[in-house]
Amino acid sequence: MIRRFLPLLILLAVLMVAAVGLRRDPTILPSTLLDSKAPLLRAALLQDGGMPQTAELQALLPQGKPSLLNVWASWCTACLQEHAALQRLAASGVTIFGLNYKDTDAAAMAWLRERHNPYRAVFVDPQGILGRDWGVYGVPETFVIDGQGVVRQRIVGPIDDRALSQQLAKLSR
Amino acid sequence: MIPEAGLAALCLALALTLLQGTAGLLGAARHSAAWFAVAQRSAWLQTGLAMAAMAALALSFAQQDYSVRYVAAHASSALPLLYRLGAVWGGHEGSMLLWLTLLGCWSSVFALTMPRGPLSSAALGVLAVLSLGFLSYIIGVSNPFARLFPAPPDGSDLNPLLQDPGLIFHPPVLYMGYVGLAVPFALALAALLTSSRHGQPDISWAHLARPWNLMAWLWLGAGIAAGSYWAYYELGWGGWWFWDPVENASLMPWLIATALLHSLAVTQQRHMFGDWSVLLAIAGLALSLLGTFLVRSGVLTSVHAFAADPSRGIFILGLIAVMVGGALTIYAWRAHTLPRGRPLELLSRETLLLVNNVLLLAACAAVFLGTLYPLLMDVLHWGKISVGRPYFNAVFVPLLLPALILSGMASWTPWRGIPVRTWLRRARLPAAAALATGALVMLCGMPAVPFAAGLAAAIFTLILSGWSLLRHARQRLRPGLSYYGMQFAHMGLACFALGASVSGSFEVSEDVMLRPGGTMTLAGYTVRLQQVSQHTEKNHQALRAQVVFERHGHDVILVTEKRRYASGMVTTEAAIGWGLFRDLFVALGDDLGENGYSLHVAYKPLIRFIWGGAGLMIAGGALGFLGQRRARVRLAHEAPAKVAA
Amino acid sequence: MANIRRWLALLLLMLLMAPMARADDTGQIQFHSPQQAAQYQHLLQEIRCLVCQNQSLAESHADLALDLRLEIAQALKRGESPEQIKARLVKRYGDFVLYRPPLRETTVLLWFGPALLLLCGLWVVWRVIHRQESQA
Repeated sequence: MIRRFLPLLILLAVLMVAAVGLRRDPTILPSTLLDSKAPLLRAALLQDGGMPQTAELQALLPQGKPSLLNVWASWCTACLQEHAALQRLAASGVTIFGLNYKDTDAAAMAWLRERHNPYRAVFVDPQGILGRDWGVYGVPETFVIDGQGVVRQRIVGPIDDRALSQQLAKLSR
Repeated sequence: MIPEAGLAALCLALALTLLQGTAGLLGAARHSAAWFAVAQRSAWLQTGLAMAAMAALALSFAQQDYSVRYVAAHASSALPLLYRLGAVWGGHEGSMLLWLTLLGCWSSVFALTMPRGPLSSAALGVLAVLSLGFLSYIIGVSNPFARLFPAPPDGSDLNPLLQDPGLIFHPPVLYMGYVGLAVPFALALAALLTSSRHGQPDISWAHLARPWNLMAWLWLGAGIAAGSYWAYYELGWGGWWFWDPVENASLMPWLIATALLHSLAVTQQRHMFGDWSVLLAIAGLALSLLGTFLVRSGVLTSVHAFAADPSRGIFILGLIAVMVGGALTIYAWRAHTLPRGRPLELLSRETLLLVNNVLLLAACAAVFLGTLYPLLMDVLHWGKISVGRPYFNAVFVPLLLPALILSGMASWTPWRGIPVRTWLRRARLPAAAALATGALVMLCGMPAVPFAAGLAAAIFTLILSGWSLLRHARQRLRPGLSYYGMQFAHMGLACFALGASVSGSFEVSEDVMLRPGGTMTLAGYTVRLQQVSQHTEKNHQALRAQVVFERHGHDVILVTEKRRYASGMVTTEAAIGWGLFRDLFVALGDDLGENGYSLHVAYKPLIRFIWGGAGLMIAGGALGFLGQRRARVRLAHEAPAKVAA
Repeated sequence: MANIRRWLALLLLMLLMAPMARADDTGQIQFHSPQQAAQYQHLLQEIRCLVCQNQSLAESHADLALDLRLEIAQALKRGESPEQIKARLVKRYGDFVLYRPPLRETTVLLWFGPALLLLCGLWVVWRVIHRQESQA
C-alpha cells in the first residue's frame, strides 16, 4: 500500500522544500563569525593629516554596550545609500566603527568631509586583507558586535536603521 | 492594438482548452468519436491562437513597441532585427508563451496522427489540462503583453550573453524536448484512466507512446547538446558543462526519457514493467516542470538565472502539485490494474534493460540531489553548501559508466535470455580489448582512474557495437532501421564518453600575459599574439586580438574579442580553431597595461567527439523513429489482411 | 516588498563589483614547480566565487575572485598545502566556498543517496528474477 503512494509522498516533500525555499534568499551567506569573538582587527586609522596612528578595534569597543563595524568604500554606491541610516544611528548614540575597504585614504577622507562622519574611528584596509579575514564578500557589510566583543549579526548590503536599532536595544538589555 | 489582440487570442485559447479537456475526457468515458472530433478540432484551433499570440509578440518586437513592458525589457533600437525576434523567447514571459505554443503543436500533431479511441481521447483531455495550467499562468501572472506607462523612448537591451545566433535555435529546440514529454505523460495517464471493465488497462499505450517519447528525447538531447556547445564558445571559459542548476534541470528529464525509452521497449515487446513505464512517464514531465520552476523562480543561484519572482514560483509549484500530484494519485489508485511481470531470465535483454533503468534512475537521483540539496540544507537551517563538479564527478560519472558498458552488451543479449556460457564467450574478446586499453592508458600515465575507466568502457562499447553491425552486414541480415538506430545511439554514447574523458584529462591550458608580437609554446604549438586593436560596433566596444597557432609550418589564425556593451556588461568572445581531433582555444583577458594582455589559451584533444557523439545519438534516435514508423505502417497493412483471412 | 528588496540587494551587489573589474594578474604568477601550478589550477576549480551566481574561482572575473586567486597562489608558494588553504577559506566563509561538500551527518544523504537507490533498485531486480524462478 505504502509503495503505491511513495512517489506521491516524494513529490509532496520536494514541493514543500521548494515552497519554503522560495522565501529564502540564496545570495545571502551567514557569517562564520556569528557568536564568536570578533577577530583581532589592528590597523592604521583614517585621519586628516598628522602622524599616522595605529589602533586595535578590541581596545576601542565600548564595554557592555553593543557597537557596529561598518565596511565601506568611497567607490561603493550602496554605501552612499545607507549613509543617512548610519548618521541617524550615530546621532542616537550608537558607536560605529568603519573599515575602509580597498580604498585610498584621500578618496575616503574627501567622501567623509563631504558628508557627516558617523564613525568613531575608521580603520584602513587598502588591500582588502582585513576585510577578507572578516569574510567580507560585498560592500557594504555591517557587523553587530555585542558588549562582550562577540559578533552577533552580519548584514550584507545597505542597512535598515530602524530594524537595527531595535536589535541593538535588545542586545544592550 | 496588436498586443491586446495577442492577449485576446490567449483568452480565447483558454476557453478552447476547457472545451478540449471536457470533450476529450467525455469522449473517453463514452467511447464517442464525436466528442473526440470536438477535442481534436479545439486542439487545432487553440494551437492556431497560441501561434497568433506568438506572432503578435514578434510583431511588437519588430515594430519596437516599447510600451509593451516585455519588449522594453528585452530589446533596444540598437539590437539587430534577428536578435529582436529571438528576444521573443529571450525572457521569462515569452519563453512561457513558447512553452504553451509548442505544447499546442505537440497536441495538434497528436490529434492528427493518433487512431481514434478512448485512449487517444483521454490523452487529448490530459494535454488540455496541461495547456490550461500554462495558459492560466501566462494570463494570470506572466502576461507578455502587459503595457508600460509611460512608454520609455527606448528599451533596455537584451542580455549580451543572449545576443548570439544560438538564441534563435537553442530555446525552441530544448523546449520541444521539455514539452514533448507531455505526450507520453498524457498517454500513460490515459492508460490508467481508461482501463477496461475487466481491470486490465490498455497496454497498447506503450506501443503508442514509444515514438512520441523517442521524438521528445531527440529534441531534448539536441537542445542539451546545442546548449553545451553554445556555452563552450559563448561563455568564454572553454568549459562545455558546468553542472549549473539550469543545465541539470535539462539533464534530469533527459535521463528519465532515456530510461523510459528502454522500459517502453520492454513493455511493448514483452508486456512487462507496465507500471514502471507509467511512473517514468509521469516523472519525466514532473522533472521538466520542475526544471521550469528552477530556472524561473530564482530559488537556486545559477549563472543563467533570469528573473527571480517568488509569486511566479508559487504558481508553478501549484501547477506541479495539481498536474503531477494528480497523476501520481491516479497512479496510486489504478496502478494495481496494470499487468505484472512475466518470467525474467538472469541474462536476457529484459534484465539488462531493467538494470539500465536502475542505473539511469540513480544517476538522475545524483543530479537531483546535487541540484536541490543546497536548498534542502538551507530550508532546514543546516547551513549553506555548494555542490559542484567534484561531487558530480565522484557520484554521477561512476553511475553512468556501467550504463555505457551495458549498452554495449545489449546488442548481443537477446530477449528471453541466453545461456551464460554462450554469453561469456561472445563477451570475451571485446572485454579483453577494453581491459588492455584501460591498462595501457594507466601505464602511459593517464592522470586519473575514472578517465581510464571511461576510456575503456567507451572502447568496449564501440568494439561491440561495431562488431555487431559488421556481423549483420556480412550475414546479410536485414534487422530494420530500429536496430541500426540503437547501435548508432550506443556508439554515439561511447564517442561522447571518449571525447569527455580524453579532453578532460589531456587538455593543456595556460593563462599567460603576452605583448603584441610575443610568443609562447603550448602542446607543441607556437602561439603568437599578432596584434590587438580597438573597434566600435553598433551596441558595443570591442578589443580584438589576433592570435596565431603554428605547428609544422601550418598556421591557425584566431580572432578573439573582449566586448563592452552599452549596458556596462562585459563579455568575452572566445575563438576556437576546430579540428576533428583537437580544438585550439583562445580567449582574450584584460589589458594589463604597458601593452600587455592576458590570454587564456588551451589545446583540447578530441573535444569534438563530445558533440559528435551527441550527434550520432541523435541520428540513431532519428533512425529508430523511422524504423518504428515503418514497422507501424507494415503492421497497419498486415492487420486488415489478417482480418480478411 | 521583500522580494523587491532582495532584488535590489542582488542588483547592487552586482553593480558594486562591476566598476571594480580589474586587470587579471594571474597570467604572471610563477610557481616553483609544475606540480604546484597544477595544485593551483585544481584548487581554483574546487572553490566557489562567493559573489558570482554560480562560478568557480577559475571561471570568475569578479574582483573578490581575483583577490582570492592571488591569495591562494601566494599561500601555495609559501608552502601551504591545499588542505590548509581550503580549511582557512572554510573558516572564513563556511562550507559554501567548497564545490565538494564535506561529508557530515547532514550531507550523508547527498553523498550516499544515489548509491543507496542503486542498491535498492538492484535488490528489487534480484527479487523479481528470483521470485519468478521459484514460481517457474
